Amino acid sequence: MAEIAHEHGHLPAGHGHAESNWFIKYLWSTDHKVIALQYMFTGMFMAMIAGFMAYVFRMQIAYPGMNVPFFGHVSPGSYNALITNHGSIMVFWVAMPVLLAGFGNFLIPLMCGCDDMVFPRINRLSYQLFFISAVVLIVSWFVPGGGFGGAWTAYPPLSAVGKYNLTPMGSSLWVLAVALEFVAFLLGGINFIVTAMNARAPGMKAFDVPLAVWMIVVASLLFMASVGPLIAGAVMLLFDQNLGTGFYNPTRGGDPVLWQHLFWFFGHPEVYVVLLPAMGIVAEVITVFSRKKMFGYKTVIYTVVATGVLSFFVWAHHQFVAGIDPRMANVFTVTTVIISIPIAEMCFLYIATLYGGSITFTTPMLWALAFIAEFLIGGVTGIYLGASGADIFFHDTYFVVAHFHYTFYPIAIIGTLAGITFWFPKIFGKMMNETMGKIHFWGTIIPFNFIFIPMFFLGMEGEHRRIYDYTNFPDLANPWAVSMRITSTVALVVMLLFQFIFLFNFIYSMLRGPKAEKNPWKSNTLEWTADSPPPHGNWREMPTVYRGPYEYATPGRETDYWPQDERA
Amino acid sequence: MLLHLPSASTYSGDVDGLVLWVTLLTGFWFLAAEGMFFWLMWRFRARPGVKSQYITGKEPHLKQWINVPHTIILVFDVIIIVMAVRVWVKVKQTMPPADDTVRIVSEQWAWTFEHSGADGKIDTGDDVWTSDTLHVEVNKTYHFMLQSKDVIHSFFVPVFRLKQDAIPGRTISGWFKPTKTGTYDILCAEICGIGHGIMGGEIVIETPAQHALWVSQHSVVADAGATAADSTTTPAGAKN
Repeated sequence: MAEIAHEHGHLPAGHGHAESNWFIKYLWSTDHKVIALQYMFTGMFMAMIAGFMAYVFRMQIAYPGMNVPFFGHVSPGSYNALITNHGSIMVFWVAMPVLLAGFGNFLIPLMCGCDDMVFPRINRLSYQLFFISAVVLIVSWFVPGGGFGGAWTAYPPLSAVGKYNLTPMGSSLWVLAVALEFVAFLLGGINFIVTAMNARAPGMKAFDVPLAVWMIVVASLLFMASVGPLIAGAVMLLFDQNLGTGFYNPTRGGDPVLWQHLFWFFGHPEVYVVLLPAMGIVAEVITVFSRKKMFGYKTVIYTVVATGVLSFFVWAHHQFVAGIDPRMANVFTVTTVIISIPIAEMCFLYIATLYGGSITFTTPMLWALAFIAEFLIGGVTGIYLGASGADIFFHDTYFVVAHFHYTFYPIAIIGTLAGITFWFPKIFGKMMNETMGKIHFWGTIIPFNFIFIPMFFLGMEGEHRRIYDYTNFPDLANPWAVSMRITSTVALVVMLLFQFIFLFNFIYSMLRGPKAEKNPWKSNTLEWTADSPPPHGNWREMPTVYRGPYEYATPGRETDYWPQDERA
Repeated sequence: MLLHLPSASTYSGDVDGLVLWVTLLTGFWFLAAEGMFFWLMWRFRARPGVKSQYITGKEPHLKQWINVPHTIILVFDVIIIVMAVRVWVKVKQTMPPADDTVRIVSEQWAWTFEHSGADGKIDTGDDVWTSDTLHVEVNKTYHFMLQSKDVIHSFFVPVFRLKQDAIPGRTISGWFKPTKTGTYDILCAEICGIGHGIMGGEIVIETPAQHALWVSQHSVVADAGATAADSTTTPAGAKN
């Protein structure tokens, strides 16, 4: 495959005919970079919708019954639909497309030194299915009855029976959208794995592959191995909703808890499916800006594989109090707490990479460092929930909400922004504005902590999740709790406003930014040896690899970096 | 321990103690890791004329900075697991002998409680059915039978540190022993439809005298017999 790829690569870039037609070039393209951008822009668009949803329901939580500006009065039904779709979008239509599909598509061929994905047309199909899934989801909000409001975990019987959820059409469309989205990522995942395994540049051995590619491939494998049961579960749910079957109906021999097992068997590995690409991005950024070799490169890979394998054996920690046999909880507590070992080791290796470095605090580096600092909070608070005895209390409280936002937010937002600001020069051939980048960084990170730290304390007070109006509960309506909720909401509004700076910086730099050279960060990996932006086919002459990706400050060399394709 | 949330059951102190230990053990690692992280950032900031060092991570004197913490984390993990399982077994896996029993029936969007009445036995003629208010006596061990008529709900009493999902089609048993009188929230912790945000109840923990008075006022032996007996065969249909 590598041979074929190389012959192809010598063709003149762009293939002539494609250049003239905007539709073919940007909407029907098989070029991995264009598909990456399609995924990224769709993901960013969905992130804006999900951010707006968060604004609306946070306003309702802080000021119950208010007329929310740009939305209006929030009814209990629309409140449930907002929280459900906020969660679904952030996981399935933001984190997945941007981190896995967006960066996976852009980076794998460029970092492995090939001209495109191995199956470019499957790649195009993958995006098209993903696009349809996003359209189906958006349509589901406007059908009679409104959008699905049974939480992103969609536990039956609530999700399965129209008379319980009151949104029969919205729930079916939601399940359909999720199932379509899974098919899209299965197709994409096949491509990632095959390309990274078969189409690498000559000389690139497994341990010369940058960590970003390693992690995206392991994430794709985890996704492919875990999603099957959930697709089966989703089809059974669709049948229960529309054909009157009783897979989850206890009066007809079904069991509602079956869905929870199928969902979380996928749902927990899914956390690592999105975590790993973000960790990979962060590894690339911190090595470049501390001018350091990755500390224990192989150990990082082993911890990634260990985490991936263990992640298949922890799912029932979401179900400790769900009516499973209580003895099972003991087994899942052990596996869950033990997973902290490879994850902690990975974090330690990243931190150790800074030792002996020469660190410059550029915008991408600030995001990468913030990822580690914030993700650690998400990591340690997970122990409270994995410890079964404590989870009896914490399950489904705001402590859980705060915990997973301290993992998902660093992943989906901080990790993504580290990646976008780092590869922007390569993607668009323009440099981003550093001043605006830093203002945006601090304007995001500081409010982020003010949003979620109060939630840990509210959770410790027993505040439960997905509640439309806390004034209904005397013990939760005290002035202290109200002030905490208002703090969160105000911080959220501030954080969302700062995103306009990013949006402006992004669009302005894309159009008017100073031109980027090939390798503005003096990085080693192969994508920086292609033009900025790389043409269709990526290289005029395909690269050959002579060394690993992190040879910074190698003794006996004039420069402090040593590109992978430079002949010794 | 948990801020200002009262502690009102025999095991709430165990849960709080576990939370405290987890906070101490993970808090230590959190502060150590963040401290090291920020110190390295400051110590190795780029300075003119200072080049970065070539370190692979195989150097033994540096590798022990990973290996030693790795081992200590394993030890801490084992401690946390042992403590967590002990609390879990006490709350969820063992059932001390009951002084009294209540049936808790959840539905969209209300709680119904069946108290045993004057005879102290459930499913007899003098049972007391209430909506959204559960009356219990302090320092008495209660078994509960948790049921749902429609979707999944979750019986959550923060002051007890107790939570248990209710699954339609099943009866799930558990126990609690109140230690403090007062009136506290009962919450539904699992999303259950558009009324999830109003599905609350209250638990009234009474002294023996207060409780006996309440029971005597509400327990109607003679004529409620027939309805209550029906309700035992179809508990899902029974409601006061």
